[in-house]
Amino acid sequence: MKSKNQILLFSIILITISLSLMAYKVKYLNFPLFQEETTNIWNIEAKITFDAKKNQSALISMALPSSQDGLIIINEESSSANYGYTNSTINNVKRAIWSKREVEQGEQVLYYSIDLIKDKYYKTKPIEFEQTIETQDASKPIIQAALSLLDNIYNKSANSLSFTSLLIQEFNSKEPSQAALMIKNNYMKTDIQKRDVLIKLINKIGYKVRTIGALYLEDKQRNISLTPMLEVLHKDKWYLFDINKGLLENSSDILIWQRGSQFLLEAEGVKNSNVKFSVTKNIVPARSAALSKDVKNQNTLLDFSLFVLPNETQNTFKLLLLVPLGALVVVLMRIFIGIKTSGTFMPVLLAMAFIETQLLPGILMFIVVVTMGLIVRSYLSHLNLLLVARISSVLIVVVGIMAFVAILSQKLGLEYATSITFFPIIILAWTIERMSIIWEEDGAKEVIQQGSGSLLVSILAYFAMTNNTLSFITFNFPEVLLAVLGLIILVGRYSGYRLSELYRFYTMVK
Amino acid sequence: MFANPFKLKKLGILGMNNRNINFIGKYNKRKNFPFVDNKLKTKQLAHEHNIKVPQLLGFIQFQVEIKCFEKYIENENGFVIKPAQGSGGKGILVIVAKKDGKYIKPSGESLSYSDIRRHISNILSGLYSLGGKNDIAVFERLVNFDEAFEGFSFEGVPDVRVIVYRGYPAMAMMRLSTSQSDGKANLHQGAVGVGIDIKTGKALSAVQFNRPIKVHPDTNKDLKLLKVPYWHEILHLCAKCYEMTQMGYLGADIVIDKLRGPLVLELNARPGLAIQIANDLGALNRFKKIDEVAHLHKSIEEKVAFSIETF
Repeated sequence: MKSKNQILLFSIILITISLSLMAYKVKYLNFPLFQEETTNIWNIEAKITFDAKKNQSALISMALPSSQDGLIIINEESSSANYGYTNSTINNVKRAIWSKREVEQGEQVLYYSIDLIKDKYYKTKPIEFEQTIETQDASKPIIQAALSLLDNIYNKSANSLSFTSLLIQEFNSKEPSQAALMIKNNYMKTDIQKRDVLIKLINKIGYKVRTIGALYLEDKQRNISLTPMLEVLHKDKWYLFDINKGLLENSSDILIWQRGSQFLLEAEGVKNSNVKFSVTKNIVPARSAALSKDVKNQNTLLDFSLFVLPNETQNTFKLLLLVPLGALVVVLMRIFIGIKTSGTFMPVLLAMAFIETQLLPGILMFIVVVTMGLIVRSYLSHLNLLLVARISSVLIVVVGIMAFVAILSQKLGLEYATSITFFPIIILAWTIERMSIIWEEDGAKEVIQQGSGSLLVSILAYFAMTNNTLSFITFNFPEVLLAVLGLIILVGRYSGYRLSELYRFYTMVK
Repeated sequence: MFANPFKLKKLGILGMNNRNINFIGKYNKRKNFPFVDNKLKTKQLAHEHNIKVPQLLGFIQFQVEIKCFEKYIENENGFVIKPAQGSGGKGILVIVAKKDGKYIKPSGESLSYSDIRRHISNILSGLYSLGGKNDIAVFERLVNFDEAFEGFSFEGVPDVRVIVYRGYPAMAMMRLSTSQSDGKANLHQGAVGVGIDIKTGKALSAVQFNRPIKVHPDTNKDLKLLKVPYWHEILHLCAKCYEMTQMGYLGADIVIDKLRGPLVLELNARPGLAIQIANDLGALNRFKKIDEVAHLHKSIEEKVAFSIETF
């Protein structure tokens, strides 16, 4: 039984390959296993407003975010009618630049929006940012206060992280120390000022720190500014701090829009420039998210998937990929059950026709066409034609019957009328021919047996092929065909009894 | 309604899947199939091996030759037309007599000259052959079947089907046509299957439509009385067919001509499973016994002797 083992091994390999490819796609490429699965796409829109100065050309540039660990930017878009738009990278920071020779009077609006999806497996290379920290002139008592505060906290802390945490805690506490209170009242009127002072204080100790402007990904936020944050280096890794909340352990809900000390917005030739953000959550099918992600990821596995095909071809393949499922049904029905069909794969072709026509109209059509075909065929047999001519005549009659039924149901206002043309007419013509021969030689019983067998198998194949879950899986994971192949090969070595044989040999068991 | 598969297995009943994989797939080499599937080749091969077959009257390969078909049958009263590559008895036309330019079938139905022409044309077009490929119409002399079967068959030639496994006659049955089977010897069409004792050639049990019966439904003849003449000659003939075709799982259909004795009518590379029902016996046990000794016996005589002794 060496070949039996080989087959077992071969099919197990096929099934394993297919399942592991599927698992990889589900786990790392976030392909959904079921159609209903959805994912969130975050849309963040920056709205830049400004007023024009008379007779001046405008040049507005804004720092743009780049993808970060756990967040993938899948789409970037600027809508800025009549403005020249370019992208440039300055000191590792991507910037959007809008320009215009002559700006109309009144408030001007530019939009820039990005779409993000979360992906906990996504990692990017860290980029170095320019960070300059200016020293600031301050009165002696303030410097004194700051030094004592720093000294105090430094002694209580262990490293840059705990130091920063304690510092932020000190300024946020309800009863801050005298020194902290003094600094707070003088230099921390806004959050941005607070952040900048904190950075200076941390820098004073000698820890590496940098400026961050970030957005919390929460749905339905309008007209918000970037939340001022800071990052502190600890053991080659940057840690994000919210100046009001302290260390942020989980940054998956935060988009860092701006890093480093560059200005978020630089505007020349305009006044009152301002940028506000809005955050919205869109729910989209997980597959389209996984796919749009792919554009950025350039995953070779996906690059070779069916999604690279044009839409029309994709739709064809949606149908084609179902054929193996139909074939599997035929294999199971014939090998395990032992149903007689006329023509091995006629049921699969019929099932494909049913997909186009809907099941009930399809079955009705099949019965009508075959019955009428048999009647016509029995007349043609009197004409004493050669076989090929006879089948061709049946073929033409089949087309005629289809046209007649289509016109009739159109007149009656039945929707499915036109779709019946999907019937594989050559197969039907041959089936009619063979059935009429069987009728003559083996009698009507055999014809009905084979005809209903074919119909039954094709109905089952139809259900397998129209099952939403199955068709979704075959199209999104075409590698599942390897598993189907493995299964069919395995079934192909089944040498046990068929269900029909248990009935057939019933009398022999007493 | 349904048999327990474990009981079937215990009885050694061969199933279709098992037959296809472990017998046909294993013992019947693809390249030998044409010897069996093509009746014209079978006949030519049989002549070389001195195996008696119904006499070939002629064959027609091209549509243009059809009008000459009468030259093959001008001296014959009855004849048979078959497709060289037909299966399951499909496309076989038996004519027992000619009367007033009409051709009479065993059922008494008469066919015209053009009916025959159409039938030949259908054969050539491949209507009865596997996959619809072009075929050859073969003309055979009608077998005058032996009187030993008088009353056992209705409007048809009774034949003996022997399953030859690795050269050993393993199981045998007679197929008797009935009015229901329309003169045909196919069990699923209502022909009677009679299990035949390999040792003696006598009837063991009989079935019609998978149900045991005692008498022929049309003639009421007691089927127990059936005894196949020339039995040992038949067994030798079957075993020789294995030598000729090298098919390890072979069904040989034998008819008995009044004058010429047993003739090989047809060989089958995919013999069915109904023979088990007719014998009320599973085939696997016998195949197992043959497997045990298959390397011991070389000659046809030894193999036949083993079968007679064992089964």
